[in-house]
Amino acid sequence: MLNYALRRLMMLPIVLFALSLMIFALQMSLSPTQRLAAYAPSPDYLKGGQESIRRMIEQYGLNDPFYIQYGRWIGGILTGNLGWSETARQPVSTALMSLFPATLELVVLAFIPCLLLAVFLGSRAGIYLNRWPDHVIRIFTILGWSFPVYVFGLLMLLIFYSALDWFPPGRLSQWAQTIVSSGDFVRYTGANTIDAILNGNWAVFIDSLRHLAAPVITLTYVNVASMTRVMRTSMLETLRQDYVRTARAKGLPRRVVELKHARRNALLPVATIAGMELAVMMGGVVITETIFDYAGLGQFAAKTAANLDFPAVLGFGLYFAVVLVVMNLIVDLIYPLLDPRVKTQ
Amino acid sequence: MKALRYLARNPVSLVGVLILLAFVLIAIFAPLLAPPQSFQLSPYDTPRAGFLATPMPPSRDAIFGTTQGQYDIFYGVVWGTRTAFKIGLGVVAISVLVGTIIGAVAAYYGGLIEEVLMRIVDVFMAVPFLIAAMVLTALLGKGIWPITIALTTFGWMSYARIVRSEILRIREMDYIHAARSYGASDLRLIVLHILPNAMFPVLVLATMATGSMVLSASALSFLGVGTEEGYADWGQFIAYSRNWIVGQPGNPFQFWYTLAFPGAAVFLFVLSWNLVGDALRDMLDPRHSH
Repeated sequence: MLNYALRRLMMLPIVLFALSLMIFALQMSLSPTQRLAAYAPSPDYLKGGQESIRRMIEQYGLNDPFYIQYGRWIGGILTGNLGWSETARQPVSTALMSLFPATLELVVLAFIPCLLLAVFLGSRAGIYLNRWPDHVIRIFTILGWSFPVYVFGLLMLLIFYSALDWFPPGRLSQWAQTIVSSGDFVRYTGANTIDAILNGNWAVFIDSLRHLAAPVITLTYVNVASMTRVMRTSMLETLRQDYVRTARAKGLPRRVVELKHARRNALLPVATIAGMELAVMMGGVVITETIFDYAGLGQFAAKTAANLDFPAVLGFGLYFAVVLVVMNLIVDLIYPLLDPRVKTQ
Repeated sequence: MKALRYLARNPVSLVGVLILLAFVLIAIFAPLLAPPQSFQLSPYDTPRAGFLATPMPPSRDAIFGTTQGQYDIFYGVVWGTRTAFKIGLGVVAISVLVGTIIGAVAAYYGGLIEEVLMRIVDVFMAVPFLIAAMVLTALLGKGIWPITIALTTFGWMSYARIVRSEILRIREMDYIHAARSYGASDLRLIVLHILPNAMFPVLVLATMATGSMVLSASALSFLGVGTEEGYADWGQFIAYSRNWIVGQPGNPFQFWYTLAFPGAAVFLFVLSWNLVGDALRDMLDPRHSH
């Protein structure tokens, strides 16, 4: 088991190398003049006419062969310098690190209700197979699965912001932002809710929850569908097992058999899917963050991609790959705890 | 016959098939439903009734109303159906082709070639799909082709994985051994005996993916790198509606029509593909048909 996990971890450098090569190749498809824009401190530098542009291309070596440019670029990255993000107007690593807590906060808050709801609905659907709870849950999940995030999100804005004015977009209200950026408010984690509690500022805490509510509802609803389906299928599979029949035959109450014996074992495949889903969500909830103007990694990634801000795109890509591999590793390591049979194999 | 009997027993799947049929009809009869005007360069350029920014509610002239920039919503929704089919079917067809070839080559040759190909699959799997597609679309420019190429480039991997594992599974089955024993060549085995049976899971995946690829394409437009301004594309119309979510004070749902019609179109389109895909899986896989 550990062997397998280690082998997976050893894949990481290869994946990262290939990824960097791929993104660099995309970048190289731009002309040297276009790429120069990434180095120029301000657009005025490019107004100096053909001669100065040529000189700068020369200076930064933008006409060198592919492998020389790639080597120079990767050399910088290996020394921990991810480059400068034109979009964020700060170093890529600084931008990623300052946005990470925001996304983590949002994802964790959405993931927990999502998982609980999926386990509850999925096991119910399995128990009441082909009866009305199953049908209702099936329709609910297939609707959620087909609902475009951006349409659902805009609907949330329409109802909870435009009509009711409960859940405004953004991360904080203006007044709360002023408090948070002031020197008195200590940024322990970068996550607004936790920092507000640690600072004992309940007004800011409530305000950050109000801003989190709509994106959390959106993410939960849109993601709960796939997990519920897995839970249902897995529950059906488990309910057909011999040991379940034995438990029933020896006269245990239905509820005990279904919820204690069957549901626990049915959780196993859900753990795998949940881990993957969490990984993808941690990699930035691009559309949700964009709709609700929630300044997190996803919104940042979308902006940089649209602006072809390659240093930032690469930084984000590397972060995403690392998250994916690490999350998979964690799932692999947790699995034997959930299912002792895996250890003995 | 089996399909009809299944549909009769599963009204939800039947609804899916009917919605999909309706979209096919809308796409075919688009020139009749929303005839393009003679001055339009392309039927996909949505006609506009003026240049006023503020959307106009449904009226006799524009039955779904007009969105930002006076683009006719009804016209956009009708011709957007063709756009959706083009992108969805285009992306999935090319992805299935590429994925099948790579998966089949990997399973057939094995060894180093398989290792290299499947590691390439791993690398592509570790790429953030939407962001990568955004970058490639932004590089290639606006329009349907850039979107199709971008979504295909980062969306073929799951087909390669399925085809490979199906081939590996089927290769060891008795009827393949039988075919080999009376002299069928490897190529004949793969193309005539193995691939047709390996294609069922691919078909299910492809059906479901058609809906989700249209979702992704609309998301690209929504995020601002998709189609040209005014192109009949649902995602673009939803993107317009984003600026008009907040109505005037006292009238919060003032611009509901800018979101409702294109939003419903995407939702129903994706829903129908998902329902059909679900039904296909039930029919093809006896284990799921409880």
